[in-house]
Amino acid sequence: MQNQAVSVDERELQARSMAEDVARRSYGKLVAFLAARTRDVAGAEDALAEAFVSALADWPRNGCPANPEAWLLTAARRKAIDGYRGQQRHNEAANEIKAMNDGLEAAEKHSQIPDQRLGLMFACAHPAIDAAVRAPLILQVVLGLDAAAIGSAFLVSPAAMGKRLVRAKEKIKQAGIPFVIPEREELAAKLDVVLDAIYAAFAEGWTDPTGGDVARRDLTEESLFLARLVVELLPNSPEAFGLLALMLHAEARKLARRTAEGEFVPLAEQDVGLWDSAMITEAESLLRRASKFQSPGRYQLEAALQSAHVHRLRTGQWNWPDVARLYDALLSITGSPVVAINRALAIAEVDGAEAGLRILEKLSNDPRLAEYQPYWAARAELFARTDKKEEARKAYEIAIGLEKDPVVRRFLQKRQSTLEF
Amino acid sequence: MQYLLMLYADESGWGKMTKAEQEQGYAAYMAYTEALKKAGAWVGSNRLQPISTATTVKNTNGKAQVLDGPYVDSKEQLGGYYLIDVPNLDAALSWASRCPGAGHGTIEVRPIWSM
Repeated sequence: MQNQAVSVDERELQARSMAEDVARRSYGKLVAFLAARTRDVAGAEDALAEAFVSALADWPRNGCPANPEAWLLTAARRKAIDGYRGQQRHNEAANEIKAMNDGLEAAEKHSQIPDQRLGLMFACAHPAIDAAVRAPLILQVVLGLDAAAIGSAFLVSPAAMGKRLVRAKEKIKQAGIPFVIPEREELAAKLDVVLDAIYAAFAEGWTDPTGGDVARRDLTEESLFLARLVVELLPNSPEAFGLLALMLHAEARKLARRTAEGEFVPLAEQDVGLWDSAMITEAESLLRRASKFQSPGRYQLEAALQSAHVHRLRTGQWNWPDVARLYDALLSITGSPVVAINRALAIAEVDGAEAGLRILEKLSNDPRLAEYQPYWAARAELFARTDKKEEARKAYEIAIGLEKDPVVRRFLQKRQSTLEF
Repeated sequence: MQYLLMLYADESGWGKMTKAEQEQGYAAYMAYTEALKKAGAWVGSNRLQPISTATTVKNTNGKAQVLDGPYVDSKEQLGGYYLIDVPNLDAALSWASRCPGAGHGTIEVRPIWSM
């Protein structure tokens, strides 16, 4: 009896671990497949959730299936069909049942479930979907994160985030947004939206460098997973390589960004030994692959800049002219005032602080920068280098007043206090 | 799926056009309608008289209230529509972007509620 009890426990553990594994690896794949024809993402998610519940009851009793994905799909299909039968709108329900059956027959013919996650991502990042909800939507439907986790990462209440997600899914279904990979001529522009959504999720996760906030830390990992998925499914898209390379470069320096006491460490002062070399090597190899396509874009240039900074700090080789040229190219693509600030700082290294200041001065008319902390910090830094201490002090004062993160604020205050009068 | 393309534009624009421009504009709409028909996407379409001809009706306490004028007074007015049948939203948006109305106004694309 005791033996049997142990083996039941073991079987339960085994079932649970298999279910978790499938959820982690294939959640989005199953949702995409179930919803591809009906476009009913919420319905597919509900059916899949019920299928997972059935699996946890069934697998310990009857043993884990050889193909858990197929088992879950069959169970989810049954739930979905029951769900549609319960609906009063018979015509629509009949159509959806037919669509779902057609899809399953197609899946049964192939031993592998076709991967439609990319089509699902394009639907989530469709221009008809509110831009602010695209990244959260991808995180939910492709990775299965719940509204509470996503809401906390994007600083939105779980209830409000939940409402936005429901509304977006409803729009996909009712407005007929297709799950398709765009045609070649449209692909690059539409892929940019998907990449931007993944990068937005990554940036949300990245603002918590100490990793204290679990929801945010997960977001970095999850967005890396998504970027890898896009690279795998679209192996001819250099910008996807660029994005993954950029994210890996950032992630590689995670441990070096704060001291043991939690103080902010600027890039130039980081301990190179704390960087993750494997990630940097992977990023570099992705960039080399991207460059073969001879089709530079925003993410490739940003990754190339990270690569140039890493190279300089590792080898001590002075490469600021290259950095300045990369910023020139990036500025001409994005027109972003943030890029313009970094370009001014690079030019300050090449032609002197005065030259950098002149560029920053020209940017001072841009209203977007008046409340942008890094602009004032850059001015302060260059004023300090040209010995204009009063101007430097004032610029630091504004930068400190604008900063949200207490760690960065302390860093700026320290810089300000080192000005000697 | 069926979609209604609602064409909004500043209706005073038409009167400011020369006769030749009006003819050209008219021909562009004819060609667009023809293209929709050829593609098998056209279900119906109409141009509306200006909002000066509009009347609104609302029943309050079982009594019809009839008022002169449009429902909303805005800078751009609903001036016509196309009802089309296409596979998905992307196809509908692609047709909307080809419509001459997208050049001198705004087109709202709405899926039809299927019964």
